[in-house]
Amino acid sequence: MVSAAGPAVRLHDLTLTYRRHPAVHHLSGRFAPGSLTALVGPNGAGKSTLLKAIMGAMRPHAGRLELDGIDRQDIAYLPQLAELDRSFPINVLDLVALGAWRRVGMFGRLAGSHVEQAREAIAAVGLAGFERRVIGTLSGGQLQRALFARMLLQDARLLLLDEPFAAVDARTTRDLLALIARWHGEGRTIVAVLHDLELVRAHFPEALLIAREPVAWGATAAVLSPANLLAARRMSEAWDEAAPPCAQAA
Amino acid sequence: MLDLLAGPFLDYGFMRRALVGCLALSLGACPLGVLLVLRRMSLVGDAMAHAILPGAAIGFLVAGLSVVAMTIGGVVTGLTVALLAGLVSRLTPLREDASFAAFYLVSLGLGVLLVSMRGSSVDLLHVLFGTVLALDNAALVLIAAIASVTMLTLAVLHRALIVECLDPGFLRAVGGHGMLVHMLFLALVVLNLVGGFHALGTLMVVGIMMLPAASARFWSENVAGQMAVASLLGFAACVTGLLFSYHHSLPASPAIILAAGAIYGASVLLGRHGSLLASALRLRHLQH
Repeated sequence: MVSAAGPAVRLHDLTLTYRRHPAVHHLSGRFAPGSLTALVGPNGAGKSTLLKAIMGAMRPHAGRLELDGIDRQDIAYLPQLAELDRSFPINVLDLVALGAWRRVGMFGRLAGSHVEQAREAIAAVGLAGFERRVIGTLSGGQLQRALFARMLLQDARLLLLDEPFAAVDARTTRDLLALIARWHGEGRTIVAVLHDLELVRAHFPEALLIAREPVAWGATAAVLSPANLLAARRMSEAWDEAAPPCAQAA
Repeated sequence: MLDLLAGPFLDYGFMRRALVGCLALSLGACPLGVLLVLRRMSLVGDAMAHAILPGAAIGFLVAGLSVVAMTIGGVVTGLTVALLAGLVSRLTPLREDASFAAFYLVSLGLGVLLVSMRGSSVDLLHVLFGTVLALDNAALVLIAAIASVTMLTLAVLHRALIVECLDPGFLRAVGGHGMLVHMLFLALVVLNLVGGFHALGTLMVVGIMMLPAASARFWSENVAGQMAVASLLGFAACVTGLLFSYHHSLPASPAIILAAGAIYGASVLLGRHGSLLASALRLRHLQH
């Protein structure tokens, strides 16, 4: 498992655009090694865009993004459920076994030990008996459990979760929160996009509130103050979709 | 009965050649069709088949009905249209299906015009509907070589192709080269359409790629299974179509496509997964 402290992600005056629209402006700060951070903000605030940039799927428009003590390949990314093609003909075991990609590679053969690990991960998320089920027959919560099992297998040191609890039932949310707490205890660095502020206050020690521009970053209780939340909402109401990528003078 | 089924192939060399050509085509094109269906790119296959036409027509203008010249021309225009249409949909707000449609309509017009400039209407029919009953050695070798390359590439890229379609974000996160995989896949599609066009023509070749693939979805719940089923159904459609065309003196390539269409209809009605019959049975099972 993870021996050293998890990796850090440093942002220096980072500006990101999404489909040539402004998404995130002038964000500076650091996800500390082993931190567990909730990324919150109104719709369209650039939360998913920021995760994609950390994962390396998009280049910064301006500023810098540095990964400290980790390669790009050692990041596990959980997409929003809606981004997955749920009618795709693949069963739970095959989906979870993809988590062994870094060890098996694009061309390698899946060894018996990898399949065994996949079965253990499936059991760990409470899906034992579902190995041969096609993903199209799973509920939202069950599919999210399967994707968490894939992350168990990935054994990555930096985890980026995009809305892990959207369209997921309460019991699944509780079980998956327990997994996240376990990963946090193992010293991994975790960033999760979330909407439920009560859940964030209860389970996430740190929070980053953005509304295209950073509003606050730090201890959750301080970040999610009424004043900050109001400021974020005001900023989102003032959005102009046709604005140039960065209106503010650098 | 046996005489009716096997006789034509035992008696006539051209029927055996057609059979071999169809077997190779089913092994290469049908699995690719499965991936096209899974990627919701069925129309893209259609567009690329048409895009081959002007290139093949230029080859025909230069060298007459030469397999080599028409193949090279077809590959060049097929790949060009695939790249251009992808580029237009990436750089402008036009959606990918619309930009492919625009390019293929232009290709079709241009191709028919080019063939008509020098050839007769027989030549035009040859290009549009193929000559499965008159495959020469060069065409057979070409189709077989393309099928071999396709099967090898699919085996090597299997995992990447599946993930690129199911969860592109995951492939990016683990450092897979999604764009490269996608391009290789499109190149394979063009190659198979060009190979198939000698047998079935540019208008019909996409049928043998897509119809068995769409049918396979009703018979298997995993990608590898669907590919195997698609090849099997594709070959069955070819044999049926060839026999039908032989006994009733009908044109071969439309007969093959109609046979594939009949198999598709049967699959929609009776298939094991998600067909009308399967849904009805499940409903009854739930009610009792």
